[in-house]
Amino acid sequence: MAAKKLQLAIYWGAACGGCDVSILDTNEFILTVDEVADIRLWPIAADGKYADVEAMADGELDVVIMNGAVRNSENEHIAKLLRQKSKIFVAYGSCAYMGGIPGLANLASRAEIFDCAYLNNPSIEPGNRTVPLTEAKVNGYTLELPKFYDRVYKLDQIVDVDYYVPGCPPQPDQCKAAILALVAALTGQADPPPKGAVVGAFERALCDDCKRTKTEKKVTRFYRPWEIMEDPESCLMEQGILCAGSATRSGCGVRCPNSGIPCRGCYGPAPNVIDQGAKLLSAVSSIIDSKDPDEIDKILEGLPDFTSFANRYSIPASQLQRSHRK
Amino acid sequence: MTFEPKIVGFLCNWCSYTGADLAGTSRIHYAPNVRVIRVMCSARIDPTFVLKALTDGADGVLICGCHPGDCHYSEGNYKMMRRYPLLKKLLADYGIEDERVRLEWVSASEGQRFADIVNDMTERVRALGPCSVKTDLATDMAER
Repeated sequence: MAAKKLQLAIYWGAACGGCDVSILDTNEFILTVDEVADIRLWPIAADGKYADVEAMADGELDVVIMNGAVRNSENEHIAKLLRQKSKIFVAYGSCAYMGGIPGLANLASRAEIFDCAYLNNPSIEPGNRTVPLTEAKVNGYTLELPKFYDRVYKLDQIVDVDYYVPGCPPQPDQCKAAILALVAALTGQADPPPKGAVVGAFERALCDDCKRTKTEKKVTRFYRPWEIMEDPESCLMEQGILCAGSATRSGCGVRCPNSGIPCRGCYGPAPNVIDQGAKLLSAVSSIIDSKDPDEIDKILEGLPDFTSFANRYSIPASQLQRSHRK
Repeated sequence: MTFEPKIVGFLCNWCSYTGADLAGTSRIHYAPNVRVIRVMCSARIDPTFVLKALTDGADGVLICGCHPGDCHYSEGNYKMMRRYPLLKKLLADYGIEDERVRLEWVSASEGQRFADIVNDMTERVRALGPCSVKTDLATDMAER
Protein backbone atom coordinates (compact mmCIF):
# COMPACT_ATOMS: atom_id res chain seq x y z
CA MET A 1 0.00 0.00 0.00
CA ALA A 2 1.60 3.19 -1.17
CA ALA A 3 -1.19 5.41 0.05
CA LYS A 4 -0.43 8.92 1.23
CA LYS A 5 0.88 8.95 4.78
CA LEU A 6 -1.36 10.31 7.53
CA GLN A 7 -0.56 13.87 8.51
CA LEU A 8 -0.18 14.06 12.28
CA ALA A 9 0.51 16.90 14.72
CA ILE A 10 1.02 16.58 18.46
CA TYR A 11 0.91 19.71 20.57
CA TRP A 12 0.86 20.78 24.21
CA GLY A 13 -0.93 23.58 25.98
CA ALA A 14 -0.76 24.09 29.73
CA ALA A 15 0.74 20.70 30.51
CA CYS A 16 3.68 19.11 32.29
CA GLY A 17 5.02 17.14 29.32
CA GLY A 18 3.97 13.81 30.81
CA CYS A 19 1.42 13.24 28.05
CA ASP A 20 4.09 13.60 25.38
CA VAL A 21 6.26 11.19 27.33
CA SER A 22 3.32 8.75 27.57
CA ILE A 23 3.19 8.69 23.74
CA LEU A 24 6.93 7.94 23.70
CA ASP A 25 6.28 5.28 26.37
CA THR A 26 4.60 3.17 23.71
CA ASN A 27 8.25 2.28 22.99
CA GLU A 28 8.85 0.67 19.60
CA PHE A 29 5.20 1.22 18.64
CA ILE A 30 5.96 4.90 18.07
CA LEU A 31 8.23 3.82 15.19
CA THR A 32 5.29 2.07 13.51
CA VAL A 33 3.35 5.32 13.85
CA ASP A 34 6.12 6.95 11.88
CA GLU A 35 5.68 4.31 9.16
CA VAL A 36 2.07 5.31 8.55
CA ALA A 37 2.22 8.97 9.50
CA ASP A 38 4.20 12.13 8.87
CA ILE A 39 4.69 13.98 12.13
CA ARG A 40 4.28 17.62 11.09
CA LEU A 41 4.53 19.26 14.50
CA TRP A 42 5.56 17.83 17.87
CA PRO A 43 7.43 20.38 19.97
CA ILE A 44 8.83 17.89 22.50
CA ALA A 45 10.23 15.38 20.01
CA ALA A 46 10.41 16.83 16.51
CA ASP A 47 10.98 20.09 14.73
CA GLY A 48 8.19 22.20 13.30
CA LYS A 49 7.39 25.87 13.61
CA TYR A 50 4.11 27.69 14.08
CA ALA A 51 4.73 29.37 10.72
CA ASP A 52 4.74 25.93 9.06
CA VAL A 53 1.33 25.21 10.56
CA GLU A 54 0.02 28.62 9.48
CA ALA A 55 1.13 27.84 5.92
CA MET A 56 -0.90 24.60 5.80
CA ALA A 57 -4.25 24.36 4.03
CA ASP A 58 -7.37 24.01 6.17
CA GLY A 59 -7.92 20.36 7.05
CA GLU A 60 -4.46 19.39 5.80
CA LEU A 61 -3.66 17.59 9.04
CA ASP A 62 -5.53 14.32 9.44
CA VAL A 63 -5.16 14.14 13.20
CA VAL A 64 -4.14 16.62 15.87
CA ILE A 65 -3.44 15.21 19.32
CA MET A 66 -3.37 18.05 21.79
CA ASN A 67 -2.54 17.65 25.43
CA GLY A 68 -2.69 20.36 28.07
CA ALA A 69 -5.29 22.88 29.13
CA VAL A 70 -5.72 26.45 27.89
CA ARG A 71 -4.07 28.79 30.37
CA ASN A 72 -2.91 31.66 28.17
CA SER A 73 -3.44 33.32 24.81
CA GLU A 74 -0.72 31.23 23.11
CA ASN A 75 -2.46 27.98 24.11
CA GLU A 76 -5.72 29.34 22.72
CA HIS A 77 -4.20 30.66 19.50
CA ILE A 78 -2.43 27.41 18.62
CA ALA A 79 -5.41 25.26 19.64
CA LYS A 80 -7.65 27.25 17.29
CA LEU A 81 -5.04 27.18 14.53
CA LEU A 82 -4.59 23.40 14.79
CA ARG A 83 -8.35 22.89 14.87
CA GLN A 84 -8.66 24.84 11.63
CA LYS A 85 -5.92 22.80 9.97
CA SER A 86 -7.16 19.38 11.10
CA LYS A 87 -9.81 16.82 10.25
CA ILE A 88 -9.80 15.08 13.64
CA PHE A 89 -8.94 16.89 16.85
CA VAL A 90 -8.17 14.78 19.89
CA ALA A 91 -8.02 16.12 23.46
CA TYR A 92 -5.33 13.92 24.99
CA GLY A 93 -4.85 13.55 28.74
CA SER A 94 -6.63 14.95 31.78
CA CYS A 95 -5.62 18.60 31.22
CA ALA A 96 -6.99 18.72 27.67
CA TYR A 97 -10.04 16.68 28.66
CA MET A 98 -10.98 18.42 31.93
CA GLY A 99 -8.43 21.11 32.79
CA GLY A 100 -6.27 18.78 34.85
CA ILE A 101 -3.82 19.83 37.53
CA PRO A 102 -3.40 23.35 36.05
CA GLY A 103 -7.18 23.64 36.46
CA LEU A 104 -6.77 23.61 40.26
CA ALA A 105 -5.68 27.22 39.83
CA ASN A 106 -9.31 28.04 39.05
CA LEU A 107 -9.89 28.15 42.81
CA ALA A 108 -7.83 31.38 42.78
CA SER A 109 -7.87 34.40 40.50
CA ARG A 110 -5.03 35.63 38.29
CA ALA A 111 -4.42 38.47 40.76
CA GLU A 112 -4.07 36.00 43.66
CA ILE A 113 -1.79 33.73 41.62
CA PHE A 114 0.49 36.60 40.56
CA ASP A 115 0.57 37.88 44.11
CA CYS A 116 1.60 34.47 45.45
CA ALA A 117 4.01 33.52 42.66
CA TYR A 118 5.69 36.83 41.86
CA LEU A 119 5.08 39.40 44.61
CA ASN A 120 4.55 38.13 48.12
CA ASN A 121 6.40 34.85 48.17
CA PRO A 122 9.13 34.61 50.81
CA SER A 123 11.51 32.89 48.38
CA ILE A 124 11.58 35.85 45.98
CA GLU A 125 14.49 38.26 46.34
CA PRO A 126 13.47 41.76 47.40
CA GLY A 127 13.80 44.11 44.46
CA ASN A 128 13.01 41.31 42.03
CA ARG A 129 9.26 41.40 42.42
CA THR A 130 8.07 41.59 38.85
CA VAL A 131 4.98 40.19 37.20
CA PRO A 132 4.83 39.00 33.57
CA LEU A 133 3.58 41.67 31.18
CA THR A 134 2.14 40.98 27.76
CA GLU A 135 4.41 43.66 26.31
CA ALA A 136 7.67 45.27 27.43
CA LYS A 137 10.10 47.69 25.78
CA VAL A 138 13.75 46.69 26.15
CA ASN A 139 16.58 48.56 24.35
CA GLY A 140 14.17 49.81 21.73
CA TYR A 141 12.70 46.37 21.07
CA THR A 142 9.17 45.34 21.96
CA LEU A 143 9.07 41.99 23.73
CA GLU A 144 5.84 40.07 23.99
CA LEU A 145 4.51 37.33 26.25
CA PRO A 146 1.21 35.46 25.94
CA LYS A 147 -1.61 36.82 28.07
CA PHE A 148 -2.16 34.84 31.26
CA TYR A 149 -5.90 34.29 31.55
CA ASP A 150 -7.93 34.75 34.70
CA ARG A 151 -8.82 31.07 34.68
CA VAL A 152 -7.94 27.74 33.04
CA TYR A 153 -10.13 26.30 30.30
CA LYS A 154 -10.49 22.71 29.22
CA LEU A 155 -9.91 22.28 25.53
CA ASP A 156 -13.51 21.88 24.39
CA GLN A 157 -14.40 25.20 26.00
CA ILE A 158 -12.15 26.79 23.37
CA VAL A 159 -12.32 24.57 20.27
CA ASP A 160 -14.51 21.80 18.90
CA VAL A 161 -13.07 18.46 20.06
CA ASP A 162 -13.78 15.17 18.28
CA TYR A 163 -12.39 12.63 20.74
CA TYR A 164 -11.11 12.51 24.29
CA VAL A 165 -8.35 10.30 25.65
CA PRO A 166 -8.34 10.58 29.46
CA GLY A 167 -5.55 9.94 31.93
CA CYS A 168 -2.73 11.66 33.73
CA PRO A 169 -1.05 10.53 31.65
CA PRO A 170 -3.05 8.12 29.47
CA GLN A 171 -1.65 4.60 29.90
CA PRO A 172 0.62 3.65 26.99
CA ASP A 173 -1.56 0.64 26.10
CA GLN A 174 -4.62 2.87 25.91
CA CYS A 175 -2.67 5.47 23.93
CA LYS A 176 -1.69 2.77 21.48
CA ALA A 177 -5.28 1.49 21.23
CA ALA A 178 -6.56 5.02 20.62
CA ILE A 179 -3.99 5.74 17.88
CA LEU A 180 -4.70 2.39 16.20
CA ALA A 181 -8.46 3.08 16.29
CA LEU A 182 -7.92 6.46 14.62
CA VAL A 183 -5.58 5.01 11.99
CA ALA A 184 -8.12 2.24 11.23
CA ALA A 185 -10.90 4.81 10.91
CA LEU A 186 -8.87 7.13 8.69
CA THR A 187 -7.74 4.34 6.38
CA GLY A 188 -11.31 3.06 6.07
CA GLN A 189 -10.65 -0.25 7.87
CA ALA A 190 -13.10 0.49 10.67
CA ASP A 191 -15.92 2.87 11.51
CA PRO A 192 -14.76 5.92 13.40
CA PRO A 193 -15.89 6.21 17.03
CA PRO A 194 -18.91 8.52 17.45
CA LYS A 195 -17.97 12.19 17.78
CA GLY A 196 -17.37 13.22 21.37
CA ALA A 197 -16.45 9.67 22.41
CA VAL A 198 -14.02 9.00 25.23
CA VAL A 199 -11.57 6.60 23.60
CA GLY A 200 -8.87 4.59 25.31
CA ALA A 201 -11.10 3.95 28.36
CA PHE A 202 -14.10 1.86 29.41
CA GLU A 203 -17.81 2.52 29.95
CA ARG A 204 -17.77 1.70 33.65
CA ALA A 205 -16.50 2.99 36.98
CA LEU A 206 -13.07 2.14 38.34
CA CYS A 207 -14.58 0.14 41.24
CA ASP A 208 -15.96 -2.34 38.69
CA ASP A 209 -12.41 -3.32 37.80
CA CYS A 210 -10.85 -2.99 41.26
CA LYS A 211 -10.07 -6.39 42.77
CA ARG A 212 -10.27 -5.27 46.40
CA THR A 213 -13.08 -6.84 48.46
CA LYS A 214 -16.04 -4.53 48.90
CA THR A 215 -18.55 -4.90 51.73
CA GLU A 216 -20.80 -2.52 53.67
CA LYS A 217 -19.02 0.80 54.08
CA LYS A 218 -19.12 2.56 57.43
CA VAL A 219 -16.46 5.11 58.25
CA THR A 220 -15.96 6.88 61.57
CA ARG A 221 -12.60 8.41 60.72
CA PHE A 222 -10.86 9.37 57.50
CA TYR A 223 -7.14 8.79 57.17
CA ARG A 224 -4.56 10.40 54.95
CA PRO A 225 -2.69 7.59 53.14
CA TRP A 226 0.40 7.98 55.33
CA GLU A 227 -1.53 7.78 58.60
CA ILE A 228 -2.50 4.13 58.24
CA MET A 229 -1.05 0.84 57.02
CA GLU A 230 -3.54 -0.14 54.35
CA ASP A 231 -4.92 -3.64 54.12
CA PRO A 232 -4.11 -4.75 50.56
CA GLU A 233 -7.21 -6.95 50.28
CA SER A 234 -10.11 -4.67 51.22
CA CYS A 235 -11.63 -1.54 49.68
CA LEU A 236 -9.65 1.59 50.52
CA MET A 237 -12.79 3.63 51.23
CA GLU A 238 -13.87 1.04 53.80
CA GLN A 239 -10.54 1.64 55.51
CA GLY A 240 -11.26 5.37 55.64
CA ILE A 241 -8.80 6.22 52.87
CA LEU A 242 -10.39 8.66 50.44
CA CYS A 243 -10.45 7.05 46.98
CA ALA A 244 -12.00 8.60 43.87
CA GLY A 245 -12.67 5.26 42.18
CA SER A 246 -16.45 5.27 42.60
CA ALA A 247 -16.82 8.50 40.58
CA THR A 248 -14.06 7.78 38.07
CA ARG A 249 -14.03 6.11 34.67
CA SER A 250 -12.10 2.88 34.40
CA GLY A 251 -9.43 2.39 31.78
CA CYS A 252 -6.15 2.87 33.61
CA GLY A 253 -5.92 -0.77 34.69
CA VAL A 254 -6.60 0.18 38.36
CA ARG A 255 -2.93 0.95 38.73
CA CYS A 256 -3.14 3.13 41.81
CA PRO A 257 -5.42 1.00 44.02
CA ASN A 258 -3.45 -2.09 42.92
CA SER A 259 -0.33 -0.36 44.26
CA GLY A 260 -1.95 0.53 47.58
CA ILE A 261 -2.62 4.12 46.59
CA PRO A 262 -6.15 5.55 46.36
CA CYS A 263 -7.52 6.54 42.95
CA ARG A 264 -7.12 10.25 42.30
CA GLY A 265 -9.64 10.45 39.51
CA CYS A 266 -7.40 11.21 36.54
CA TYR A 267 -9.54 9.24 34.07
CA GLY A 268 -12.36 11.69 34.63
CA PRO A 269 -16.01 11.24 35.53
CA ALA A 270 -17.56 7.79 35.22
CA PRO A 271 -19.96 7.44 32.26
CA ASN A 272 -23.09 9.63 32.56
CA VAL A 273 -21.63 11.60 35.47
CA ILE A 274 -21.78 15.37 34.99
CA ASP A 275 -19.56 16.50 37.85
CA GLN A 276 -17.01 14.03 39.16
CA GLY A 277 -16.42 15.98 42.37
CA ALA A 278 -20.12 16.32 43.18
CA LYS A 279 -20.63 12.59 42.67
CA LEU A 280 -17.65 11.73 44.83
CA LEU A 281 -19.00 14.09 47.49
CA SER A 282 -22.24 12.15 47.46
CA ALA A 283 -20.48 8.80 47.69
CA VAL A 284 -18.08 9.84 50.45
CA SER A 285 -20.67 11.47 52.66
CA SER A 286 -23.01 8.49 52.41
CA ILE A 287 -20.51 6.17 54.11
CA ILE A 288 -20.06 8.30 57.23
CA ASP A 289 -21.30 6.24 60.16
CA SER A 290 -23.00 8.85 62.32
CA LYS A 291 -26.40 10.46 62.82
CA ASP A 292 -25.14 13.32 64.95
CA PRO A 293 -24.35 16.61 63.14
CA ASP A 294 -21.47 17.50 65.49
CA GLU A 295 -19.90 14.07 65.14
CA ILE A 296 -20.31 14.26 61.35
CA ASP A 297 -18.49 17.62 61.35
CA LYS A 298 -15.71 16.05 63.41
CA ILE A 299 -15.37 13.11 61.00
CA LEU A 300 -15.29 15.53 58.06
CA GLU A 301 -12.34 17.33 59.65
CA GLY A 302 -10.40 14.32 58.39
CA LEU A 303 -10.91 15.66 54.87
CA PRO A 304 -9.04 18.97 55.07
CA ASP A 305 -9.03 19.80 51.35
CA PHE A 306 -11.87 17.78 49.92
CA THR A 307 -12.65 20.07 46.99
CA SER A 308 -9.18 19.83 45.49
CA PHE A 309 -9.28 16.07 45.94
CA ALA A 310 -12.74 15.56 44.49
CA ASN A 311 -12.07 17.72 41.43
CA ARG A 312 -8.30 17.27 41.34
CA TYR A 313 -8.24 16.99 37.56
CA SER A 314 -11.61 18.44 36.73
CA ILE A 315 -12.25 21.89 38.18
CA PRO A 316 -12.70 23.57 34.76
CA ALA A 317 -14.98 20.65 33.85
CA SER A 318 -16.97 20.86 37.11
CA GLN A 319 -20.32 22.59 37.20
CA LEU A 320 -19.03 25.73 38.93
CA GLN A 321 -15.79 25.67 36.87
CA ARG A 322 -13.95 28.24 38.96
CA SER A 323 -14.02 30.33 42.10
CA HIS A 324 -16.82 32.91 42.14
CA ARG A 325 -15.37 34.83 45.10
CA LYS A 326 -15.79 38.58 44.75
CA MET B 1 -35.80 47.34 39.06
CA THR B 2 -35.44 45.91 42.54
CA PHE B 3 -33.70 42.58 42.90
CA GLU B 4 -36.01 39.65 43.62
CA PRO B 5 -34.03 36.56 44.65
CA LYS B 6 -34.75 33.37 42.77
CA ILE B 7 -34.54 30.46 45.18
CA VAL B 8 -34.90 26.83 44.17
CA GLY B 9 -36.48 24.71 46.89
CA PHE B 10 -35.98 20.95 46.93
CA LEU B 11 -38.67 19.57 49.24
CA CYS B 12 -39.13 16.01 50.36
CA ASN B 13 -42.52 14.59 49.43
CA TRP B 14 -43.49 13.21 52.81
CA CYS B 15 -42.79 15.99 55.33
CA SER B 16 -41.57 19.25 53.85
CA TYR B 17 -43.72 19.39 50.73
CA THR B 18 -46.76 18.61 52.85
CA GLY B 19 -45.58 21.30 55.28
CA ALA B 20 -45.37 23.80 52.44
CA ASP B 21 -48.82 22.67 51.33
CA LEU B 22 -50.09 23.33 54.85
CA ALA B 23 -48.64 26.85 54.69
CA GLY B 24 -50.76 27.34 51.58
CA THR B 25 -54.00 25.81 52.84
CA SER B 26 -53.57 27.77 56.09
CA ARG B 27 -53.37 30.93 53.95
CA ILE B 28 -50.09 32.00 55.49
CA HIS B 29 -48.56 34.90 53.58
CA TYR B 30 -44.89 34.39 52.77
CA ALA B 31 -42.32 35.43 50.19
CA PRO B 32 -43.08 34.08 46.70
CA ASN B 33 -39.38 33.66 45.88
CA VAL B 34 -39.01 29.91 46.26
CA ARG B 35 -39.61 27.70 43.24
CA VAL B 36 -40.44 24.33 44.71
CA ILE B 37 -39.26 21.04 43.25
CA ARG B 38 -40.77 18.02 44.95
CA VAL B 39 -38.48 15.05 45.42
CA MET B 40 -39.34 11.77 47.08
CA CYS B 41 -36.69 12.15 49.78
CA SER B 42 -34.03 14.67 50.75
CA ALA B 43 -31.51 11.87 50.08
CA ARG B 44 -32.50 12.10 46.41
CA ILE B 45 -30.98 15.58 46.19
CA ASP B 46 -27.69 14.96 44.48
CA PRO B 47 -25.09 17.73 44.96
CA THR B 48 -25.22 17.98 41.16
CA PHE B 49 -28.81 19.33 41.45
CA VAL B 50 -27.76 22.11 43.81
CA LEU B 51 -24.81 23.08 41.59
CA LYS B 52 -27.02 22.97 38.50
CA ALA B 53 -29.53 25.33 40.10
CA LEU B 54 -26.72 27.81 40.82
CA THR B 55 -25.15 27.56 37.37
CA ASP B 56 -28.57 28.01 35.76
CA GLY B 57 -29.13 31.29 37.56
CA ALA B 58 -30.64 30.54 40.98
CA ASP B 59 -29.60 32.96 43.73
CA GLY B 60 -30.15 30.40 46.46
CA VAL B 61 -31.06 26.77 47.08
CA LEU B 62 -33.25 25.63 49.96
CA ILE B 63 -33.26 21.94 50.86
CA CYS B 64 -35.96 20.66 53.19
CA GLY B 65 -36.41 17.17 54.58
CA CYS B 66 -38.11 15.33 57.43
CA HIS B 67 -36.76 15.87 60.93
CA PRO B 68 -34.08 13.33 61.90
CA GLY B 69 -35.80 10.14 62.97
CA ASP B 70 -38.94 10.91 60.94
CA CYS B 71 -37.82 9.82 57.46
CA HIS B 72 -40.43 7.89 55.50
CA TYR B 73 -37.59 5.67 54.30
CA SER B 74 -36.14 5.58 57.84
CA GLU B 75 -32.59 6.79 56.98
CA GLY B 76 -32.81 9.01 53.88
CA ASN B 77 -32.56 12.34 55.66
CA TYR B 78 -29.40 11.20 57.44
CA LYS B 79 -27.79 10.84 54.02
CA MET B 80 -28.60 14.49 53.38
CA MET B 81 -27.43 15.42 56.87
CA ARG B 82 -24.00 13.91 56.06
CA ARG B 83 -23.83 15.33 52.55
CA TYR B 84 -24.70 18.88 53.48
CA PRO B 85 -21.62 19.91 55.52
CA LEU B 86 -19.29 18.53 52.84
CA LEU B 87 -21.29 20.31 50.13
CA LYS B 88 -21.00 23.55 52.12
CA LYS B 89 -17.22 23.10 52.27
CA LEU B 90 -17.11 22.59 48.50
CA LEU B 91 -19.30 25.63 47.87
CA ALA B 92 -17.12 27.77 50.13
CA ASP B 93 -14.02 26.67 48.19
CA TYR B 94 -15.69 27.79 44.98
CA GLY B 95 -16.48 31.17 46.58
CA ILE B 96 -20.24 30.68 46.97
CA GLU B 97 -21.54 32.63 49.98
CA ASP B 98 -22.63 30.52 52.95
CA GLU B 99 -26.24 31.73 53.05
CA ARG B 100 -27.07 30.81 49.46
CA VAL B 101 -27.52 27.12 50.27
CA ARG B 102 -29.46 26.03 53.32
CA LEU B 103 -30.75 22.76 54.80
CA GLU B 104 -33.79 22.77 57.10
CA TRP B 105 -35.98 20.08 58.60
CA VAL B 106 -39.68 20.81 58.13
CA SER B 107 -42.41 18.39 59.20
CA ALA B 108 -45.84 18.04 57.63
CA SER B 109 -47.40 20.04 60.47
CA GLU B 110 -44.91 22.93 60.30
CA GLY B 111 -46.55 25.23 57.73
CA GLN B 112 -45.66 28.32 59.76
CA ARG B 113 -42.07 27.14 60.16
CA PHE B 114 -41.76 26.66 56.38
CA ALA B 115 -43.13 30.17 55.75
CA ASP B 116 -40.71 31.65 58.33
CA ILE B 117 -37.73 29.84 56.78
CA VAL B 118 -38.65 31.05 53.28
CA ASN B 119 -39.11 34.64 54.49
CA ASP B 120 -35.83 34.58 56.39
CA MET B 121 -33.84 33.01 53.56
CA THR B 122 -35.34 35.37 50.98
CA GLU B 123 -34.22 38.39 53.00
CA ARG B 124 -30.75 36.99 53.56
CA VAL B 125 -30.27 36.21 49.87
CA ARG B 126 -31.72 39.60 48.95
CA ALA B 127 -29.07 41.22 51.13
CA LEU B 128 -26.34 39.22 49.35
CA GLY B 129 -27.54 40.26 45.90
CA PRO B 130 -27.67 38.15 42.75
CA CYS B 131 -25.54 34.99 42.53
CA SER B 132 -22.92 35.64 39.87
CA VAL B 133 -22.18 32.06 38.77
CA LYS B 134 -24.21 32.09 35.56
CA THR B 135 -22.98 35.51 34.40
CA ASP B 136 -19.39 34.71 35.45
CA LEU B 137 -19.33 31.62 33.25
CA ALA B 138 -20.93 33.43 30.31
CA THR B 139 -18.35 36.23 30.63
CA ASP B 140 -15.49 33.69 30.80
CA MET B 141 -16.50 32.30 27.43
CA ALA B 142 -17.10 35.71 25.84
CA GLU B 143 -13.87 37.46 26.77
CA ARG B 144 -10.44 36.49 27.99
